[in-house]
Amino acid sequence: MTDRPARLPHGGRIDRTTTLRFTLDGRELTGHPGDTVASALLAHGPTATAPSLHRGRPRGIVGAGVEDPGTLLRIEGPCAESMLPATTVELYDGLRATTLTGRGRLDPTPDPAVYDKKYVHTDVLVVGAGPAGLAAAAAAGRAGARVLLIEDRPDTGGALLATAPGDGPEAAALTWATATRAALDAEPEVRVLTRTCAFGAYDGNYVLALQRRTDHLGAAAPAGVSRQRLWHIRARQVVLATGAHERPLVFADNDRPGVMLAHAVRAYLHRYGVLPGRRAVVATTGDSAYATAADLVAAGCTVAAVADSRPELTATAREFHDGTGVPVLTGSAVTGTSGTDRLDGVTVRPLDAAGRPTGPGTALTCDLLAVSGGWSPVVHLHSQRRGALRWDADLAAFVPGAAVDGQHLAGAVRGTYDTAGCLAEGARAGALAASAAGCAATVPPPHRPQAPAPVRPLWLIPGDGDDPAAWDTHFVDLQRDVTVADLHRAAGTGMRGAEHIKRYTTLGTGHDQGRTSGVNALGVLATLQGADSPGALGTTTYRAPYTPVAFAALAGRETGALYDPVRRTALHQGHMARGAVFEDVGQWKRPHFYPRPGEDMDAAVARECRAAREGVAFMDASTLGKIEIRGADAGEFLNRVYTNGFKKLRPGLARYGVMCGEDGMIVDDGVTLRLADDRYFMTTTTGNAAAVLDRLEEWLQTEWPELDVTCTSVTEQWATVAVVGPRSRAVVARLAPALDIGREAFPFMAVRETVLASGVPARICRISFSGELAYEINVSAWYGQAVWDQVEAAGRPEGITPYGTEAMHVLRAEKGFLIVGQDTDGTVTPLDAGMDWVVSRHKDFIGKRSLSRPDTVRPDRHHLVALIPADRRTPLPEGTQIVDRGTPLTPQDGPVPMLGHITSGYRSPALGHPFALALLAGGRDRIGDQVVAVVGDTPVPVVVSSPVLYDPEGTRRDG
Amino acid sequence: MADPTAPGPAALRRGPLDHLSGALRAATVTGPRAVALTALPCRTTTALRAAPDGPVGARLAKVLGAPLPTRCGETARTDHGTALWLGPDEWLLVAEDAAPAPLTALDEALGDAPGQIVDVSAQRTVLELRGPAARDVLEKGCAPDLHPRAFPPGRAVTTAVGQVPLILWHSAADTYRLLPRSSFAEHLAHWLTDAMGEYGLPEVD
Repeated sequence: MTDRPARLPHGGRIDRTTTLRFTLDGRELTGHPGDTVASALLAHGPTATAPSLHRGRPRGIVGAGVEDPGTLLRIEGPCAESMLPATTVELYDGLRATTLTGRGRLDPTPDPAVYDKKYVHTDVLVVGAGPAGLAAAAAAGRAGARVLLIEDRPDTGGALLATAPGDGPEAAALTWATATRAALDAEPEVRVLTRTCAFGAYDGNYVLALQRRTDHLGAAAPAGVSRQRLWHIRARQVVLATGAHERPLVFADNDRPGVMLAHAVRAYLHRYGVLPGRRAVVATTGDSAYATAADLVAAGCTVAAVADSRPELTATAREFHDGTGVPVLTGSAVTGTSGTDRLDGVTVRPLDAAGRPTGPGTALTCDLLAVSGGWSPVVHLHSQRRGALRWDADLAAFVPGAAVDGQHLAGAVRGTYDTAGCLAEGARAGALAASAAGCAATVPPPHRPQAPAPVRPLWLIPGDGDDPAAWDTHFVDLQRDVTVADLHRAAGTGMRGAEHIKRYTTLGTGHDQGRTSGVNALGVLATLQGADSPGALGTTTYRAPYTPVAFAALAGRETGALYDPVRRTALHQGHMARGAVFEDVGQWKRPHFYPRPGEDMDAAVARECRAAREGVAFMDASTLGKIEIRGADAGEFLNRVYTNGFKKLRPGLARYGVMCGEDGMIVDDGVTLRLADDRYFMTTTTGNAAAVLDRLEEWLQTEWPELDVTCTSVTEQWATVAVVGPRSRAVVARLAPALDIGREAFPFMAVRETVLASGVPARICRISFSGELAYEINVSAWYGQAVWDQVEAAGRPEGITPYGTEAMHVLRAEKGFLIVGQDTDGTVTPLDAGMDWVVSRHKDFIGKRSLSRPDTVRPDRHHLVALIPADRRTPLPEGTQIVDRGTPLTPQDGPVPMLGHITSGYRSPALGHPFALALLAGGRDRIGDQVVAVVGDTPVPVVVSSPVLYDPEGTRRDG
Repeated sequence: MADPTAPGPAALRRGPLDHLSGALRAATVTGPRAVALTALPCRTTTALRAAPDGPVGARLAKVLGAPLPTRCGETARTDHGTALWLGPDEWLLVAEDAAPAPLTALDEALGDAPGQIVDVSAQRTVLELRGPAARDVLEKGCAPDLHPRAFPPGRAVTTAVGQVPLILWHSAADTYRLLPRSSFAEHLAHWLTDAMGEYGLPEVD
């Protein structure tokens, strides 16, 4: 179209029949499907993007892909996203973007987009779908391997996409690439993912890749389809065909808009049908830029000259010169540019043998300078796996040494730049990979590489004068505005290591992670230090991610309700129907309390506590861990894992037990039932169920394999309803009429099996966690909901009420029953907890030896005690620190020795006042004393008491 | 004493997803990328622990009418359901209905030998994911290789789907049974139906 001075009338891989409208910095612009924002912008003619980060210098588009060092966008949308390179953002209708100066801003709006993940395995993963990658995938696929080919760009073909149409060898290769892609798409065991960037490589050929699925669709993106997908790929074999990035040249004012990478210019010509300038100069250190120069001429651009650093015309250069008549200035370099807000001319000067400009310069008018400072293989994924790199002087590049185990390298990533070589290496790598993955592949012989065309790298084209400190417009890292002067200053401080200089100057720390600046910086430093080449300095370490990845993509769908699994008991629907307020206990949702209309939490909990103490109440105790243990040695085993004895427990009875770690500290507790001589039924705390089973298995498998014991988790086999309170006997009698429930017939800690009136088989235990007469009714969870309803119906005459975990906590704390993990923290022995009665003197058990260590018998250890506020009114919250009377409360007034802290604190309807459980230094020796609990900033005098505050004589247990 | 593991009245049984039957139906995807999720509640399930070789294995095989599988991932159809290999001395016997398992006969077969026969019918529940897109749905949150070359029908592994630990059983072509602990069933169903949604929409790469 004639109003687009830079868009060519023909060519490019864009759909000219469709026009897309977008805005950039408020300008209304147009483009076509197949454009990036950068190509559409260039199509409108010379345009500067946002000025540079620190220096505020005008900048333009330099590259045509992820290597571009600076054209960053913020894309508006439901949740705006910043720091996206304009060279990689595909154009869609309605896109709204602003250019950024080096820094983005997070949009605080919640992101409504969906992100998800995919976990796949493959025989052969091929990264990069240029000629080498396509050939590798085709070879591996032919061998019958499962193949995954991933490509960062929207299209496969790699550098071939930036070649001229026609009948030359490049065009033939592109035809081959198109046909190969179609063949791969038709293979059932080959998957090709485009717009997918492999950004992290990890041990065992585990590769992470990010797929951009819907952004390019704009408003047509279907809602409910993930915007981005994180692929977790496990590959038997990996072929890296990641290509190479072109390097810019370092000279004065090399950042002016209009200075572009030579290969990028070619990409704009052939991928997008955009001619980025009308009058060009090409500056190069090798042969590759001549293709750009020739294509510019063919597209109607005037090429004023090619400045080639090499002293002699190569065959490629001569062929170009002979074919076009464009002057080639050998042994020369561009030493400076001119222009106001964009390029209007360059100066070319001859170089001496040392690379210093000599003699007068030639001023050339141009609006485009295409530069080629050589090529850097994209070795990131190889290097992330600690693959070695070596400096290749012939190529002037860091190339991979030996491939990482299980990996193969093909094409430009190893410095092979000719298409025939890429195809041959790819085919061989793909066949080798398929073969190593166990497929029958015919492996072609190694490719005999062409001798590379000579290069003459120019790491630093000196500016005026001899002092590099003055060369402060010789930009090395455009994104961070780091110049030769900055590197000179860094070297002047004495720093030699590339990692130090990177941190000192911030070079390579931008969005592009130094893709175009890293090797050049090493070259500049080598020149400043008089070293031979960048190879003398070594390279920085490549780390994932290769390109930035949004946290939203890493999170995937694991946000909101799917953030973490939620566990619900078989009675959950019933709790919902009864208006329960739930609390999280690990992953479980447990009813916290059941408020009636108008009740707050305190009122509901007080009512539930009173019901359990004065009438009858019931709760869902299903979450406790349950483990069936069978074997001739089961009793001996339990004797070893519990501090107290279980071997002599009679079948049909239950006993409370405590487990310690090897260090003698309490790790779990619970009631264990003996069902038969060789069968026990252990319960654990809710949170430790899995850990206790693991622990039992560990000791059985690693320490005591001679014991005949097996364990099976049955936590969720059983639904457990606790029926608690002085009237519970009447309720259970109605529920289980076949059971002799008399005081003597069914004593405390006995176990009975029966069939309920409803026909449901049940195991009923007389266990109390409240001190009241209580029963625990265990039924298959299939019947849990029905039995819960039956308990409620049976208890209606007694006014039964459901109670939640908060009331349970109050009731147990009033009795001084600890909760592992709340009143203990891994530093509390059973003796600290005042439970010497549970520690056997007659047998060995895990942790026993530790209980007699000097530190565990110290008299001033923290003991579990109860605290009562002296005023009998002030609540004592968990976590409150305890100090002695007279202790200053701020360090300014003196040391604040801490005596302990409150582990549980409640209001007690039964006691009529608040109370707390606490771990207190020498606590048992302080019973009856006053200490001070610091509640917020207020010192609250509290009286130390035995932990059993309610019914210390135990008169209520049997109803 | 009465046996608390004996079956009770069928009318009183509840599965953990009974209240979601409508939501599961509504999540069904039809078309070329069809996938459907159904709950298969109340399947009699028995945990077996025993040495697989020797006389015990033979006696258990006789009760079951088929030998127990001996290799990771294997399953075996028996007269009382499918035995899933969980470990070198551990299996899960999953029936197709709620009929009682031969617990007494299995106990007798085990005899005094080390091991365990435990009714765990309510410990887990079964969700069935079926359809051409079923594997795609699982691959959104399941790390093992689900390609039929590596995980053909008839295999089962202990793994996790969407952070939920479970046994994944490829019970038939395009049909996967997921056996989480019952408490995870609702979360897992939510995760799966959310993952299924896109297969009813226009296909995106």
